[in-house]
Amino acid sequence: MDATLIAQSLLSGVLFGGVYSLMAVGLTLIFGVMRVVNFAHGDMMIWGMYLAWLLATRLGVDPYLGFVVCAGVLFVFGALIQRLLVDRIVDAPHEMQILLMLGVALVLENGALVAFGPDPQRVRSPLRAATVWLGPVFVDVARVVAFAVAMALTFALFLFLTRTDLGRTMRAAADNTYGALVIGTDVRRVYAAAFGIGAACVGAAGALVSPILPFQPTGGLSLAVTSFNIVIIGGLGSLSGAFLGGLLVSVAESLGAVFLSPSMKELVSFSLLIVILLLRPAGLFGKAVT
Amino acid sequence: MRLLALAAVAVLVVLPAVLSSYAITVFIFIFFYAYLSQAWNIVGGYAGQLSAGHAAFLGIGAYASALLSVQAGLTPWIGMFVGGALSALLGTVIGYLGFRFGLRGFYFVLLTVAFAEICRIVALNTDAVGGALGYYITFTGNPRQFQFQDNRVYYYVALGLMLAATGLVAVLERRRFGAYLAAIRQDESACEALGVNTFRYKMLAMVISSFLTGIGGTFYAFYLFSLQPNAVFGIPLSVEIIIRAIVGGAGTVLGPVLGSFILSPLAELSRTYFASGGWTGAHLIVYGGLLIAVVLFLPQGAYPYLARWLGARKGAS
Repeated sequence: MDATLIAQSLLSGVLFGGVYSLMAVGLTLIFGVMRVVNFAHGDMMIWGMYLAWLLATRLGVDPYLGFVVCAGVLFVFGALIQRLLVDRIVDAPHEMQILLMLGVALVLENGALVAFGPDPQRVRSPLRAATVWLGPVFVDVARVVAFAVAMALTFALFLFLTRTDLGRTMRAAADNTYGALVIGTDVRRVYAAAFGIGAACVGAAGALVSPILPFQPTGGLSLAVTSFNIVIIGGLGSLSGAFLGGLLVSVAESLGAVFLSPSMKELVSFSLLIVILLLRPAGLFGKAVT
Repeated sequence: MRLLALAAVAVLVVLPAVLSSYAITVFIFIFFYAYLSQAWNIVGGYAGQLSAGHAAFLGIGAYASALLSVQAGLTPWIGMFVGGALSALLGTVIGYLGFRFGLRGFYFVLLTVAFAEICRIVALNTDAVGGALGYYITFTGNPRQFQFQDNRVYYYVALGLMLAATGLVAVLERRRFGAYLAAIRQDESACEALGVNTFRYKMLAMVISSFLTGIGGTFYAFYLFSLQPNAVFGIPLSVEIIIRAIVGGAGTVLGPVLGSFILSPLAELSRTYFASGGWTGAHLIVYGGLLIAVVLFLPQGAYPYLARWLGARKGAS
């Protein structure tokens, strides 16, 4: 096997991993704070991509600026979903929560299908065509920018959770909802903010990959499964686990695409999911989740 | 109640005499999805183990009987049991892994989804079963090959499947087995503390459920004559199966049947109506909205309301 090829795929794996991390951090934040698995995560990402596409084609906004708008719209959407739907069943059995989010996923996926049609799209960005050669390997400028922005957003989220009052309250509510209620926290507001931020992460992630990855309405499931894979590998509810897991899964996928045929790539990620579920359901970096 | 059920069955038996051929097709879908949903109900409803990968069992049953019929000349009347057995084998593997390793809720859902998706990807990439192009059965109209010229025969076969599965569930519900499953659904730890072998009963529920779903695969293959990996193994099919039981009332004998009578005509009508306007995904938006509404406002499904309404009428008369 050609060493250059491996170096090339390692590099693009790491660069793409930034976006995976952002996506997974959003999912794990929602779960960590309210113990609800967002089954619509992948479909929210698809909507982030289509929003970036609308901005680029209708208003001429480059997705590397438009991601701010996408994150904002998804924040409002996520907070609304929490307030109107999830809030009513936070204490219901997990099965009911899963079915509810499955319903949201169906509406989002098929809403996109009706609105945008089934054909794959890709957003054009001037950055897309630019590449820089680093010795024998080349670097895609679009991927570098996506990686840098995703890393910056993830870092900002960490700062928010550790340095601000709302962020600290969020972690407190995640640790002990009852305790947070006792000391007078507006838990509903914290939940809405957490769901909104989780959705904003995936909205931004969608916009950032929209020039790199062709997308279509039915792609939500596979993105959701990738996110599930990452957060379970990282430990459900663990932010640093999701961050490291994103990089790990992305590198594994891009190496898998080199050594196996591309159609087998998905097979690898589903098999990996089964193995992790069985052997290490708490994840590689997480504590046991009850 | 029993009299009412008999009367309903009698109506369904004579109905084809007056139905148009399109209406017969709609009824075939109602019965067939009620059957699949009833099979899911055993493990997903009664035992409360939310499998989101039942399409895998249908797909394996469908491909097995179709391949055996076309390649080896084995009649689907026998092939359907081979398909059912293979599906039950996969059900055993999934159940063993899921239950032995104690995967619950979200983790069990993911396990079942992962297995179904692996089946789909393998079928898509295996040229011997048609790969992405799909697998086709030539129509001969020979009843020995589970093929019928007259749509009404499919109607009666589907009706028979639905009634048989519903009868089986009604019997199971009254036995100790049904009581154990309901207890596992409500509080598995308490069940274990009382010395019930929960693993054994969950496994049994999974095996019966996957076997019945696999049998359904034969009907699917020899009614539609074409198998597409994305359609047969896909998540949307699993959702179609689950949503009927949830809307009708999971963990009740008549819930899946009721759910199918509500949703199958709705799906069929909106599919024809919306598809003519080019809105291919629209009926799934309706499904999603319904799923949300049922979870929020009718978490027990429609059946308890129907039962109460029937009971009230009985009391009044």
